[in-house]
Amino acid sequence: MNTADPVASSKVPALTNGSGAAAILSAGIGSFALAVLAMAADKSAAITSLLVLYKPTGALSGVTTAAILIWLLTWGVLEGRWRRKTVALGRISFVAFALLGLSFLLTFPPIAGLF
Amino acid sequence: MEITVRSLWTMIHGMGFGALYLLACSGALVELYRLTFSSAPSESTPGQERFLKVYLITMAVLAWAAVLTGAYVIYPWYRATPPPGTADLSMFPQHLLMSSSTTIGWHSLGMEWKEHVAWFAPISITTVAFVFIRYGRDLINHKQLRATVLGFAVASFLAAGIAGFFGAMIDKSAPVQGGPTIQLSIGAKK
Repeated sequence: MNTADPVASSKVPALTNGSGAAAILSAGIGSFALAVLAMAADKSAAITSLLVLYKPTGALSGVTTAAILIWLLTWGVLEGRWRRKTVALGRISFVAFALLGLSFLLTFPPIAGLF
Repeated sequence: MEITVRSLWTMIHGMGFGALYLLACSGALVELYRLTFSSAPSESTPGQERFLKVYLITMAVLAWAAVLTGAYVIYPWYRATPPPGTADLSMFPQHLLMSSSTTIGWHSLGMEWKEHVAWFAPISITTVAFVFIRYGRDLINHKQLRATVLGFAVASFLAAGIAGFFGAMIDKSAPVQGGPTIQLSIGAKK
């Protein structure tokens, strides 16, 4: 049985997988940060008032702005560290998907309400 | 035929950016699936590759436009607080939904989830677009990366689908309305 990747060419990759891994993991971290910040804002009036960057939108403005900053900052740092490296993409993808899955769950009100 | 400014913005947000994004997702998912699991090895031409990159960038722009108009244009109208003693809550959708036990769930579950989960769509699709632009044709040599990117595209579709579904249902129960009226056309009298 031929187990070779059906799409891959026989060429050696010109780029390492580090850059892709950095983008993937940072997206997972950014999404998770958004979910955690949303929960925190929901539980604490002090955090809510801290996260109101634009009053008509309320704490959502701070939650999303902070999460996007965390995402982009993490992405920049990881890109700088991994760009020329080959990393354990399987493990990184697993962590990224776990964070993304948790983010979906933690933003779901009945689950967020458990904490 | 006329429409209010708030209704127009809701249409631009939901049907313009959101629905178009969901439609674009289906095309992208088919192409990413083909690229990831195709049994017939094929190298895309530079033209096809360029098209897919532009397509993914357009998707990312649509997704960001949808969440930004949602959060900063529509949401403030949705969550506006009525003056004390207001009996007619039709201009205050969140309070209108919360005023009845039969509609409160559209806010407490629907909007509370939608306003956060929607942001996973642009984050995920931006990641997908970046990986495609960064790797280009070399992506055919990264099977695991392709599969992960497909997973992120699915997650983006799921997030946009949840947000779109609740957006549509909330707008049916308590539409965002008001503001100046725009006259689109004047019909002939019956």
